[in-house]
Amino acid sequence: MRAPLSWIKEFVEIPSKISAEEIAEGLIRVGFEVEEIIHQGTDLKGPLVIGEVLSIEEITEYKKPIRYVGLNCGEKSTRFVICGATNFNVGDLVVVALPGAVLPGDFKIAARETYGKTSNGMICSSRELGLGEDHSGIMVFGKDTLQVGDDAVKVLEINDVIFDVAVNPDRGYALSIRGIAREVAGALDLVFTDPTRRISALTFSETGKGVSAKIADSSAASVFYLRTLSGFNSELSTPLWMRLRIEKMGMRSISLAVDVTNYVMLELGQPLHAFDRAKISGGLKIARAGKESKFTTLDGQVRTLTSDDLMVFDDKSPLALAGTMGGLDSEISESTTDIVVEAVRFDPISVARNSRRHKLSSEASRRFERGVDPALAELASARAVELLMAHGGASYVATSVDGNLVKQNSIALTPEYINQVLGLNLKKEEISKVLLSIGCEIDSKFQVTPPSWRSDLSAPCDLAEEIARMIGYDKIPSILPPRPRHASLTSSQKRKRAIAIHLANRGFAEVQTFPFTHPDTIKEMGYVGERASTYKIANPMSEDAPVLRTHLLPGLIEVAARNISRGAKDFAIFELGSIFRNSQPLIDAISPQLSKKPSASELEKLFASVPAQPIHVGALLVGKIESEDWQGKSRNFMWSDAIAYAQEILELCGLKWSLARSDFAPWHPGRCAELLIDGKPVAHAGELHPRVVARYGLPERSSAFVLNLSALPQSPRVIPTIVGTMPAALQDVALIVDADIPAAEVEAALRKGAGELLESITLFDRYDKIADGKISLAFTLVFRASDRTLTGAEISAAREAAVLCAEKATGAVLRTA
Amino acid sequence: MNPAEIASWVFEAEKAFLAAPDLDQLKQARLAHLGDKSPVALASRNLGSLAPEEKASAGKLIGDAKASISAALDIATAKLEAIRDEKVLREEIVDITLPVQRSHKGGLHPITIIKNEISDFFIEQGFSVEEGPELESGWLNFDALNIPPDHPARTMQDTFYLEPLSSGMVLRTQTSPVQIRTMLKEEPPIYVISPGRTFRADELDATHSPVFHQVEGLVIDRGITMAHLKGTLDNFAQAMFGPKVTTRLRPSFFPFTEPSAEVDIFFNNRWIEWGGCGMVNPKVLATCGIDTDEFSGFAFGMGLERTLMVRHGITDMHDIVEGDLRFTRQFGVGL
Repeated sequence: MRAPLSWIKEFVEIPSKISAEEIAEGLIRVGFEVEEIIHQGTDLKGPLVIGEVLSIEEITEYKKPIRYVGLNCGEKSTRFVICGATNFNVGDLVVVALPGAVLPGDFKIAARETYGKTSNGMICSSRELGLGEDHSGIMVFGKDTLQVGDDAVKVLEINDVIFDVAVNPDRGYALSIRGIAREVAGALDLVFTDPTRRISALTFSETGKGVSAKIADSSAASVFYLRTLSGFNSELSTPLWMRLRIEKMGMRSISLAVDVTNYVMLELGQPLHAFDRAKISGGLKIARAGKESKFTTLDGQVRTLTSDDLMVFDDKSPLALAGTMGGLDSEISESTTDIVVEAVRFDPISVARNSRRHKLSSEASRRFERGVDPALAELASARAVELLMAHGGASYVATSVDGNLVKQNSIALTPEYINQVLGLNLKKEEISKVLLSIGCEIDSKFQVTPPSWRSDLSAPCDLAEEIARMIGYDKIPSILPPRPRHASLTSSQKRKRAIAIHLANRGFAEVQTFPFTHPDTIKEMGYVGERASTYKIANPMSEDAPVLRTHLLPGLIEVAARNISRGAKDFAIFELGSIFRNSQPLIDAISPQLSKKPSASELEKLFASVPAQPIHVGALLVGKIESEDWQGKSRNFMWSDAIAYAQEILELCGLKWSLARSDFAPWHPGRCAELLIDGKPVAHAGELHPRVVARYGLPERSSAFVLNLSALPQSPRVIPTIVGTMPAALQDVALIVDADIPAAEVEAALRKGAGELLESITLFDRYDKIADGKISLAFTLVFRASDRTLTGAEISAAREAAVLCAEKATGAVLRTA
Repeated sequence: MNPAEIASWVFEAEKAFLAAPDLDQLKQARLAHLGDKSPVALASRNLGSLAPEEKASAGKLIGDAKASISAALDIATAKLEAIRDEKVLREEIVDITLPVQRSHKGGLHPITIIKNEISDFFIEQGFSVEEGPELESGWLNFDALNIPPDHPARTMQDTFYLEPLSSGMVLRTQTSPVQIRTMLKEEPPIYVISPGRTFRADELDATHSPVFHQVEGLVIDRGITMAHLKGTLDNFAQAMFGPKVTTRLRPSFFPFTEPSAEVDIFFNNRWIEWGGCGMVNPKVLATCGIDTDEFSGFAFGMGLERTLMVRHGITDMHDIVEGDLRFTRQFGVGL
């Protein structure tokens, strides 16, 4: 919302010692962000004069139209300039920058040779003068509005300050000069004169029968004023002052009738619509479209109406998309003599829906959506009548009204409540002063009735905000709340943090990827079952990623590929985040009633309707395990590293697991381990499938692990075994087994057979160069007793028992040297 | 065997030890002066042949001489060993400026670091850290927060919806549904923060991302006022931006708070919009079954990306979301 200082000053007495910056600070303090202070005219230097077009010579030999224009600028002789615009005729008044003038952007005007002529100045558009963005043509004025030779800077009131103010959605009233002026006055403690005070005193005498007004759907509008005028002279142009203000607000001057409706909207905040009475059949009625039909709006677009669209009808057909945009067929035209001015307090939601359904946001809909002061239907339409009579030669005919102005409910307030919310110690009088300044009425029992334009004020807390912002948020002290009991991270939060830091310390860089993916990616990865079934986003950012991820690896692979494309070769990355699997269908929304706590069963259903979203940690190992340097070569990351890192995490959590080989996409079917806790898989680790590695351009043997943190049990309490100080006995055994026997099985059998004296067991050699599909596994067994030195006999017995057990369980044969 | 002769053995030995240039030569000298064939060894062996009355005094003389020679040897040995060690150490000098780090450099994502930092700060203040689902019920994300069905934030231009639309399920647009879940499950007093990932249908550009992070705070207790909100925010801002930072509240509008405010910080010589806050709207408290006569509360929310970008002078959101290792590794683990 733009607001020129010159216009604000019409309603607020602002002492000249108050600067534009102070006004802006005041607005910010009371909750209106000032996005820009435009000092219009400061970067413009004359001579800039009003000139009359005397002659136009069209120069045709160039690609674009060029005019050589003779101008009367109040000088002795005709001034000739070259002009590229064509929106003017002989007799029009235009703005001419004479040589020596400097336009915004340090654009110096000088006489110059161009298009084979001498151009002695420039005819200006409003953008060239820094008055707006309109560059559709030069500024043209009618003959009666200005004098030839006038100083344009002065007569066009170019020197002004324009505030560009952001208005929060709850403050629709401030989308008007009336509203902004009130806030300026309140913020700086100045006197505000409400323009409606004068307007409410206007009276008009009925001279005939006007067009009737009817609200057919009371949910759609509360007040409907329809003012009928006759004898309007459409040839009269908009008064200069009105046109200048409309343009300073960033709108275009169109015609007197349209300008009047826009001017009143900008001044007071009530959008108006002017119909040509001749094009209305019978009376006007506000109702829903009711059925699907076609409707052409002012902008020439043919729109398909839905039954819920709110419309203004005459007796035959829809004339306007209510509160949003008028129809093409009832538009004011050059032949219009009888005008009907519509002013309605539309239901904000109905207009918002109109606007949204038709992707049509207008100056009117923006205001209606935020709620327009219901008292304005009467006053703004009266103001329009006044202006059309004064400047358009119109005569008043009659007014039709439907609906009522409903007064706001009063709010019971106590100073204690205000002080309790704000942490202040305000007296009743201070509170009253603020509430009166924003237009509230207060009775003797401290019942507060908000003004008509403040539909956002309906509860005591709303009034607390008003008091806080007018007194100043900076007056509220800064105090720490009472500190509650001890707090700490939960065990699962601690676990997540420890795992992330552990991986970071082990050389992994953490990444965070968007949790979106594509069904093709799911297919390429080879996911099946629950990892192939996910939820679809109805309105994805891009059709490249319309579904939620079911696994962390695709995102990690994408980041790895990006890093490789940027020159990285050897690295390890990880991500910790949630994944989404269609574990339960999304049921119809559960929407408990508001303003009271839902019942326990409702809550249970509500929480259960949200599917589980497990937290995973996934990692990708790419290239060399460490960098190669002067110390020597390095090996590639491989399947075993991925398994080792996954095991480290479980170890870190104090958990015990078992291993099984797994054919799990997207891993190499022969090089993937499944890590199980209590028989349930919690992680997969190993080398990626060569097809996936090739598809995404990763280095060969790239490896990965993914661990489902949500599936991990709580860490058990550690009950340590006694640390023995007696001497240990080391025994090596080498066993020959079939190559497909997992080492873990052999180890488990040895462990079982060795009994209680076994302290640890380590596989120290694996030799696969034995014929007949056999391999040799060599283990070191450490035996120790807590209370004595073991005898040779004890050690041999334990060792033999271990070997025997392994022989039985796995078909192992003791290897003899 | 006179004392002078014995003294000369000692003198000769000391002289030889001192003259030995290295440990090998010292060994030769030791053999000569303390070995089996040395004068003291021979004299010791001869003691048995002396008369009993001479034995005692001669034994003592020889013993003393042996001890003196041994002491001289120890000194010489120590000296030569030190020389030898020094030489070895000198020969073993390396260039300690060689690049020695072969393992990959890891690190936490800066969003994780700032999340941890904020969590630690608030835990110290007695707040718990609550998390919730990212795929969330529309009722918890909007309705319960007093955001009406026709609110612009609920359009498909702003919010990601899941199919089927009848489910009303959204990718949460804020972490506020975690506050609602907390209030529905727990009795006040409530002191929580909820950091987490949030989603809005914004195109990725230098300052926006469709996927981003927030931290929100919620306090519900007896006698909570806006002054407590200011105190908490001042403290928080200083923890994030240093002791010199100042805050400013500007009136604003959020459906879930009343009064509402934007929080600005004065940092690097300018005011920067940091987040939103306010006193929890009694309508929200009522929906969560909290007695508004007894309890009141405040809430606030900040973007983690924004906090990070402001604090570290990061100008492009792409750096935060793309996962380029050269960016992430600079942050270490946030120590």
